[in-house]
Amino acid sequence: MTTAKTKTLAADGQAPAVPIPRTSTLSSARTRRLGLTVLGWAIACLIFFPIFWMVLTGFKTESAAIADPSLIFSPTLESYAEVQLRADYFKFALNSVVVAFGSTLAALLIAIPSAYSMAFLPTKRTKGTLLWMLSTKMLPPVGVLVPIYLLFRDVGLLDTRTGLTIVYTLMNLPIVVWMLYTFFKDLPKDILEAGRMDGASTLQEVVFLLLPLTLPGIASTGLLSVILSWNEAFWSLNLTSSNAAPLTAYIASFSSPEGLFWAKLSAASTMAIAPILVFGWLTQKQMVRGLTFGAVK
Amino acid sequence: MATLQLNQVTKSFDDTHVIKGVDLEVNDKEFVVFVGPSGCGKSTLLRMIAGLESATSGDIMIDGTRMNEVGPADRGLAMVFQSYALYPHMTVEDNMGFSLRLAGVDKEQRRDKVREAARILQLEPLLDRKPKALSGGQRQRVAIGRAIVRNPSIFLFDEPLSNLDAALRVQMRIELARLHEELDATMIYVTHDQIEAMTMADKIVVLQGGVVEQVGSPMELYHHPRNRFVAGFIGSPKMNFLPVEVVEADAEGVRVRLPGGGVTKVPVEGRDLRPGTALELGIRPEHLVLDDDQGPLSGDIQVLERLGGQTSLYVQMDDAMVTIMADGDVAHRVHDKVRFGFESGRAHLFDSDGLALPSLELHPLAGLRRQDNRAATDVNGA
Repeated sequence: MTTAKTKTLAADGQAPAVPIPRTSTLSSARTRRLGLTVLGWAIACLIFFPIFWMVLTGFKTESAAIADPSLIFSPTLESYAEVQLRADYFKFALNSVVVAFGSTLAALLIAIPSAYSMAFLPTKRTKGTLLWMLSTKMLPPVGVLVPIYLLFRDVGLLDTRTGLTIVYTLMNLPIVVWMLYTFFKDLPKDILEAGRMDGASTLQEVVFLLLPLTLPGIASTGLLSVILSWNEAFWSLNLTSSNAAPLTAYIASFSSPEGLFWAKLSAASTMAIAPILVFGWLTQKQMVRGLTFGAVK
Repeated sequence: MATLQLNQVTKSFDDTHVIKGVDLEVNDKEFVVFVGPSGCGKSTLLRMIAGLESATSGDIMIDGTRMNEVGPADRGLAMVFQSYALYPHMTVEDNMGFSLRLAGVDKEQRRDKVREAARILQLEPLLDRKPKALSGGQRQRVAIGRAIVRNPSIFLFDEPLSNLDAALRVQMRIELARLHEELDATMIYVTHDQIEAMTMADKIVVLQGGVVEQVGSPMELYHHPRNRFVAGFIGSPKMNFLPVEVVEADAEGVRVRLPGGGVTKVPVEGRDLRPGTALELGIRPEHLVLDDDQGPLSGDIQVLERLGGQTSLYVQMDDAMVTIMADGDVAHRVHDKVRFGFESGRAHLFDSDGLALPSLELHPLAGLRRQDNRAATDVNGA
């Protein structure tokens, strides 16, 4: 290090003619970074492998799918055609879109005012309420399946998009309120107070100040809610049959008592996850920005 | 016209009493400063006036109308926050015009008013910028501009300069004083910095523990502090306190024995005091005079700070440490023994409860307000 320094100084800021030997600290830092990069990629590949294999299997014939695993095969769209023949993909996809976005919108509409009051007008019971809300997520859903099923049957909500939207809204509400609460809490109270001094009503405070300033957080919360609703299977399988069934029910319909048809199942699964995968990929910048919002100031 | 009156205002959070019955009168066009150590309730009091915090009891009257139940925006006030609290997603122009936009003022008029405020504060070149792209001082000016645009009857400032560096703080202080003159508005200003209070106020309200300790002009507080707390809080460096004993008291003052045996007569009202009563004598560092021949007090110099024009000497006496502000070129060194004294009229006496014995004579400047200062300068100028 010292030699390097002296040489640089001797050359009066110019690059020295003799290359400076890399110092040990520098190279060890590089090695570590390289190691971490390799490890990161390895873990990513491990996690992604099942999805990759599923996509691959979707392009195989049924016989190739159950044969010895191989990367070399002649790809075919046979499974996709058969899958589409058996069930209308687009009907299910539309249900998924309506229910996922509908429930997210509803959850945000309920959660924004509640998170606002918890973040800016807290009472002694606010913390307890938040924890209680979260605790409902720890209850196994099957525990409330029968009462909800009976309720839905009596009011005619079984196998309707409205019914499923209501369930998803309630399912995601605790998480949505929690996330919004943490984003709102990061906003300096002074800004809203300044708004109040300027004559803003509570609604104007929310619309002109709170929402624009926490938009990244609200967006990432919404995205998470969409993804959770899209991937939900338990309620959709139990509360829908044909009219309102979303893509998760569509996939499940391919595991039949006659046996598993891997190629068709893979093709159906690939089609089911494709929209949300593309959606997630397009919005990942927003997601990361939202989830790390407030962490770095 | 904009006056403010507080009648027995209190504020409690559960069992914590933050403001314990404050009475106060703020006159039209007055610059009033609330000053006190942190946690004294000065900011809470300001927020109560603003309407951001409700009063537990008492009346908050603006221009003679009770405002306790009126919302912040309808009290006709504007507030400048310590953190500036600018809207980060809006340009300077939108920040300043936000209140007008909410009030439904049309675009043309809004623009004119914002431009006018921007002119006063020299913010015109910055109108299109976002707060992020401004320096601390500029942000502060935008926050003030936002208040000006509302054309409030009373301006409220909550420690507006504490986030600025020292040089900028002095500059903004001057600017605020100038602004007060230009706008001719009533202003209430909260600070923990007694220099800000002394330099800007027409009237200072010293608070401690939710109680008003004294209200008065800066010079009144400086020359006639009502108690030991105010005496110690106003003035920099802090007033020195020495234990003394009453020798004799009559209509012309109280004779006390100083540490070291010297006797001096302080012209304060205390004829009922009995000889032997223990009192505390307060004397400001700038009123202590080095006198190596006849000074009745003495001690060793522990620390010596040369500021150029002045020198602070920290002197250890037998049972007290005192600060002396001396001339810039005193020849003394650390560990020298010094003798010093003071003009007895400069001293204050405090009883065992910390209350000041009232002076027999009012200081000629005690009633002086900042506005009077201005008039005096004008006369001199002419």
